[in-house]
Amino acid sequence: MMKSLKTFKIGGVHPEENKRSANTPIQILPFPKQAIIPLGQNLGAPSKPLVKRGDEVKTGQLIAGGESFIAANLHSPFTGKVSKIDNFLDSSGYRRPAIVIDVEEVDIWEDGIDTSDTIKREITADRKTIIDTIKSCGIVGLGGATFPTHVKLMVPDGKKAEYLIINGVECEPYLTSDHRLMLEKGEELLIGIQILMKALDVEKAIVGIENNKRDAINHLTELAAGFERIHIQPLKVKYPQGGEKQLIKATVNREVPSGKLPIEVGCVVSNVGTAFAVYEAVQKNKPLIERIVTVTGKAVKKPSNFKVRVGTPVQQLIDAAEGLPENTGKIINGGPMMGKAIMSTEVPVVKGTSGILLMKQEESRRKTALNCIRCSKCTSVCPMGLEPYLLLKLMKLERYEDGMKERIMDCIECGSCQFTCPSNLPLLDYLKLGKQRGGQIIRSRK
Amino acid sequence: MNEVILYTLLTLGLLGTVAAVILYFVAQKFKVIENPKIDLVDDVLPKANCGGCGFPGCRAFAEALVKSANENHSLDGLNCPVGGNDVMKSAAAILGLEVEEQEPLIAVVRCSGSKTNSPAKINYDGPSTCAFAHNLYAGEGGCPHSCLGLGDCVVSCDFDAIHISLETGLPEVNEKCVACGACVKACPRSIIELRPKGKKDRRIFVSCINQEKGGVAKKNCEVACIGCSKCFKVCPFDAITMDNNLAYIDPIKCKLCRKCVEVCPTNAIHEINFPPRKIKPEATEETTKTMAVSHQEPNENKA
Amino acid sequence: MNQFTISGSPHVHGEESVSKIMYTVVLALLPAVLVSAYFFGLDAIRVLLIAVISCMFFEWVIQKYIIKGPITITDGSAVVAGMLLAFNVPSNLPWWILVIGALATIGIAKMSFGGLGRNPFNPALVGRVFMLISFPVQMTSWPIAKPLFAEGLTDAITGPTALGLLKEGIGAGKTIDQIISDPAMPNYLDQLTGNMGGSLGEMSAIALILGGLFMIWRKVINWQVPFSIIFTVFVFAGIFHLIDPTMYIEPAFHLFTGGLMLGAIFMATDMVTSPMTISGKWVFGVGIGLITIIIRFWGAYPEGVSFAILIMNAFVPLINNSFKPKRFGVKAVSK
Repeated sequence: MMKSLKTFKIGGVHPEENKRSANTPIQILPFPKQAIIPLGQNLGAPSKPLVKRGDEVKTGQLIAGGESFIAANLHSPFTGKVSKIDNFLDSSGYRRPAIVIDVEEVDIWEDGIDTSDTIKREITADRKTIIDTIKSCGIVGLGGATFPTHVKLMVPDGKKAEYLIINGVECEPYLTSDHRLMLEKGEELLIGIQILMKALDVEKAIVGIENNKRDAINHLTELAAGFERIHIQPLKVKYPQGGEKQLIKATVNREVPSGKLPIEVGCVVSNVGTAFAVYEAVQKNKPLIERIVTVTGKAVKKPSNFKVRVGTPVQQLIDAAEGLPENTGKIINGGPMMGKAIMSTEVPVVKGTSGILLMKQEESRRKTALNCIRCSKCTSVCPMGLEPYLLLKLMKLERYEDGMKERIMDCIECGSCQFTCPSNLPLLDYLKLGKQRGGQIIRSRK
Repeated sequence: MNEVILYTLLTLGLLGTVAAVILYFVAQKFKVIENPKIDLVDDVLPKANCGGCGFPGCRAFAEALVKSANENHSLDGLNCPVGGNDVMKSAAAILGLEVEEQEPLIAVVRCSGSKTNSPAKINYDGPSTCAFAHNLYAGEGGCPHSCLGLGDCVVSCDFDAIHISLETGLPEVNEKCVACGACVKACPRSIIELRPKGKKDRRIFVSCINQEKGGVAKKNCEVACIGCSKCFKVCPFDAITMDNNLAYIDPIKCKLCRKCVEVCPTNAIHEINFPPRKIKPEATEETTKTMAVSHQEPNENKA
Repeated sequence: MNQFTISGSPHVHGEESVSKIMYTVVLALLPAVLVSAYFFGLDAIRVLLIAVISCMFFEWVIQKYIIKGPITITDGSAVVAGMLLAFNVPSNLPWWILVIGALATIGIAKMSFGGLGRNPFNPALVGRVFMLISFPVQMTSWPIAKPLFAEGLTDAITGPTALGLLKEGIGAGKTIDQIISDPAMPNYLDQLTGNMGGSLGEMSAIALILGGLFMIWRKVINWQVPFSIIFTVFVFAGIFHLIDPTMYIEPAFHLFTGGLMLGAIFMATDMVTSPMTISGKWVFGVGIGLITIIIRFWGAYPEGVSFAILIMNAFVPLINNSFKPKRFGVKAVSK
């Protein structure tokens, strides 16, 4: 029986999928000589270093701690010596504090971490232990937002989680790290989902997967038969289905109210990578020190998926994919719709890096912006029901408060509007500026 | 025929009278009682409505002046940068007060990261607004405190006083500047500062706001302040302070002796409107570079 | 390295472009061009060419010498304006009137507001109305359709359009039955295929509908505006026909005569001058339908579509303000 393909209702676009590395199994990337571990790898306050220059560290050792409410721990991804703690280049060219470690070739793991590959099915930890372990292992949302997972799991009083929704959508073109993870670590993933279900005390978990990953859907559906209350839901291919509000609408048909969090409609959303990291943390006591990163692009000789330790410079990943293509014009951290263009390849991989996309010179420059022709295509593709053409005009006139009245703060920055605009207007650029100013206005009112 | 004219005159005359009477009573009923001095003060203001005084328009400033005169018997803290001392004196005279002469200010761009001094490491492709580019990345030259050259300051200026130079890619301020402060607010990196014009329109300032360590700053820009403190040590008037690898010259203490300009190893300190120095025999390329940047008035005698 | 570029996301772009949209409209107009060439011969081609070339010329002159900005005549918008202008005029219109109309279309209605995307009124309609009011005689002498290779008629003969006959007839006190039985009045088949008097674009409803479906398929226009106009006209005219069949003709007549099809499919759907949201488009279409019928029934002109569209164009900013899209996460239909 063919499952009906659900999707979200308002808006959405269909960029070219270009999933060039979908059939490439995950390879382990060799260690770098030096690792740069930025202290601000999550949403919220940056962590404070707990080691100093000259300290010897083991793999998995706690090296920075999160002190405020929304903060996360950082662990050393390598064995080695702390070379310095200083400001280092981030992907935007600004300098942020980071810990630099001179890497030893062989791992000496911190005590208590299970490094074996055997799959541990039984979940012995209770709810509180699960959340504490997730916190101490520094697990953050690996979908890109890097929100500390333990904070997400602490449901506020008066609200109840009814559904755990797992994001296996990977709607960004080119990226395939989640896809490979679902294919190669399916069972561990499902155990991780069960752990999250226990932590949230939910009845049902739904794993949303877009229909362009049929092998993953079939594989997980088969495995999920052995797990209780986990439902695999294939979804129609449409960008930005991976946005949590759109995913919730598509899977359980509930709309998160404007300005509120998903828990408001009884849902908690988590990425498949996060669920896998939760498995490793709770079952193996292994902190978050590595993740899968896709290296891809039309000119890349060997599009690949690598298992990378945090702190590895991006240049190393490019070298492992057989080098920077000749006519590369732009290097993007992430996917082509929401990723950030980076200034240099010396920057390291961080917890939120899902892919490195190398664009050819011809594709890197924008076309000339013309007048808005009022075609309203931007309005029809906006998944949040906004009017980007109007917000653009308001932002150019610096009418930030009027923009807030037109709900600019609801914008999820998916880029569908700018993608579609026939006049090549810089819609998302101004929307981001407007949101930043709007945030300042909101903070100044308090 | 005469009847027609008579009746027309009567009718129109009656209508006019009735209208006048109604208007008179309405004017009396809805009269706004205002201090007549506000009108007098408003008349002497320049009417640029630029907001440089901190009030929304010249009328509001006139009201503030009268209010301050009535409540505090002084005009302290109120200044019209466009009109300057002349306007403030006239306004004070109307209100029967004295006002201190203020030193005229001018906007100063504290960055020299031009295309030659800070060569581009990457190409920017996006909307021509500094506000957006500042959020996106550090700058084409790599310095996170550098001028982005996209002209938010130019757009904000009501007086046609600041323009981006095609040669250097940096903003240049001309004599039309009235120091209203619009460009200072528009710059997302606070590169522009209002400084006193100085005696004979001469001023000295550190053309850099980079607070990174010297080696890091110099990698991105040839003329960055590297925080070496040579200027600090040589200043005879204690006008220079060092803060976080950056030198700052206090314009009030500075006596324009130019010793700091000579010792700066990266030519980060600029002198404006000074006569050319006698070029010493061992003049280096660097000294002549400094000369080329500042405006020259060759007929002026050496200070 | 200097070769890299940095910019904000998204870093890819879809297939849409202004030229693509405009040239799709040109393609959609081709069936109607062929029909008008069939019925009006070389005159139709002459009118089309003069209109298109004049529009492109004026846009080039204004952009190069007056505005001194970038030249955008190749984006197709001048071509579309020219073709639609040509479709609104009789095929025997003197060339100099057409050139003046093109100047009004491009110079007044489009360029003086700031070029493509900035005009509040449909440029081709402004040009048409300008010519209609300035040269009423030449703009209302309609050649009768003379199918190619037809025998007998060598010179073009002019006569009233179907709507003109209707208006005259009502004015003279005739009943509907009497008007319909007038041999000069085209029957339904004639109306659908275009075998009647009128402007180039009023001819074949079938050709226009084909073009419309093509544009809807290519997502260049939406179906809501044409449908709401046609539906409103049909219902409104139908109500009155039911009330008094001797005074008000069958609603289908109103659909296939006059510029209704042309207006509904090509003019009202002009992106620049129509509302931005679906609910707004419905209101827009209903308004046009109502005003068209009101003018046709009780107004001085036999044809009302052009004026109706221009009047509703004026309301578009108000419609945009009042009809917002469905917001995600907001319960009631509000801003």
